[in-house]
Amino acid sequence: MAIISRGFSGRRSAEAGKLPPGQYLTATFPVLSAGPTPHVSLDRWEFTIDDGKDVLRRWDWKSFRSLPTETFTVDLHCVTRWSKLGTRWEGVSLDTMFADLKTDASYALVRSYGDYTTNVPLKDLMNHHAWIAFRFEGEDLAPEHGGPARLLVPHLYLWKSAKWVRGITLMLQDRPGFWESLGYHSYGDPWREQRYSSDP
Amino acid sequence: MWRVGEVVAVRDETATARTITLEIPDWPGHVAGQHVDVRLTASDGYSAVRSYSIASAPNSKRRVEITVERLPEGEVSPYLTRELAVGDRLELRGPIGGWFVWRPEQTEPIQLIAGGSGIVPLMAMIRSRAAAGGTAPFRLLYSVREPESVWYRDELHTLSDRDHSVSVSYAYTRATPKGWPRPPGRIDAALIASTTWPSKLTPTCYVCGPTSFVESAAGLLSASGNSSDKIRTERFGPTGDRR
Repeated sequence: MAIISRGFSGRRSAEAGKLPPGQYLTATFPVLSAGPTPHVSLDRWEFTIDDGKDVLRRWDWKSFRSLPTETFTVDLHCVTRWSKLGTRWEGVSLDTMFADLKTDASYALVRSYGDYTTNVPLKDLMNHHAWIAFRFEGEDLAPEHGGPARLLVPHLYLWKSAKWVRGITLMLQDRPGFWESLGYHSYGDPWREQRYSSDP
Repeated sequence: MWRVGEVVAVRDETATARTITLEIPDWPGHVAGQHVDVRLTASDGYSAVRSYSIASAPNSKRRVEITVERLPEGEVSPYLTRELAVGDRLELRGPIGGWFVWRPEQTEPIQLIAGGSGIVPLMAMIRSRAAAGGTAPFRLLYSVREPESVWYRDELHTLSDRDHSVSVSYAYTRATPKGWPRPPGRIDAALIASTTWPSKLTPTCYVCGPTSFVESAAGLLSASGNSSDKIRTERFGPTGDRR
């Protein structure tokens, strides 16, 4: 039973119904990251998919950018409680990047420049659920928002959408990433409010 | 799990910031740098939750202090800084966070850099060190608009006066005290060089403040030779309403 905050009425927005529980709407694009912003030059950028032993796929920026792209509009939900609706991106679907790749793995560890990692079940990255995005609202993605390229897996809390992404390691068993080792939820569904490891 | 805390004291830090002391009977203890989620609920059941860094050192009295800056457009901070009174009860969750933390076992030099209300988790680290009788050498570089916007001023002065291995430097961005040697301005490479630990001492750096401040300060620390894995950051956006 919640305690009523004497004299608090709050500010409800028309879009509040579109928000997952415990979130509030923002029009800005706040930045959250654990350390300094890495600056990755395009001529040294690469993206690999591996299985922990062998590299299975590899792209440099040029070959990555020659893949077919999609534009998509999604809502973002950050575990720090802001949500931003209707953001427009351009990127390559992970279905495209995983085409013809056979694997027994059920989990993925997403790896970033700056050594950030996050774990996501592989099925959450497939079937048009996830992209490697390089353009935001028509502009090249700024470094503080994850440029040159970031993962976007918008149906999970935004920490899963790793910035400065450099690859994916396929895993037979789940292994926690950076925030998942520091008390945050392993899956992170905003609609079930899976913020912290103690959440069901 | 939501815990219930009772407000046992409120204290204004500046014209727009208030420290709230809560007593939480089932508080499990915390580490400096962690935060809490605070939930307000209206009489019709509508609720709003925001995160606030803990300002106080871990203590045996199950007390937690937060300092909240009143944001003119905020939904929660005007309530916490104006309406909330001693005796009120507040729901909170936490402590949360395991990355932007300082533990008394750490003995290496510590460099703290705060922008505005970003001082809160860094103050918890300074207080935690003092409470534990720690000897790790601490330096704080604290950027504020003007002298009137310094939080915890007397306490910082007393702590650094009593213990010379805690040193505090200020950067004023809009207005300086009379006779201040540096004109108003943001933290730059020269100020980093003259007030922070040399990178060859491999300090652990904690930078907290608004996004643009953290981007700039963390970038300057990197440029002066600190390795990225020694720089920990915590940022909040302009509408973040975080503290």
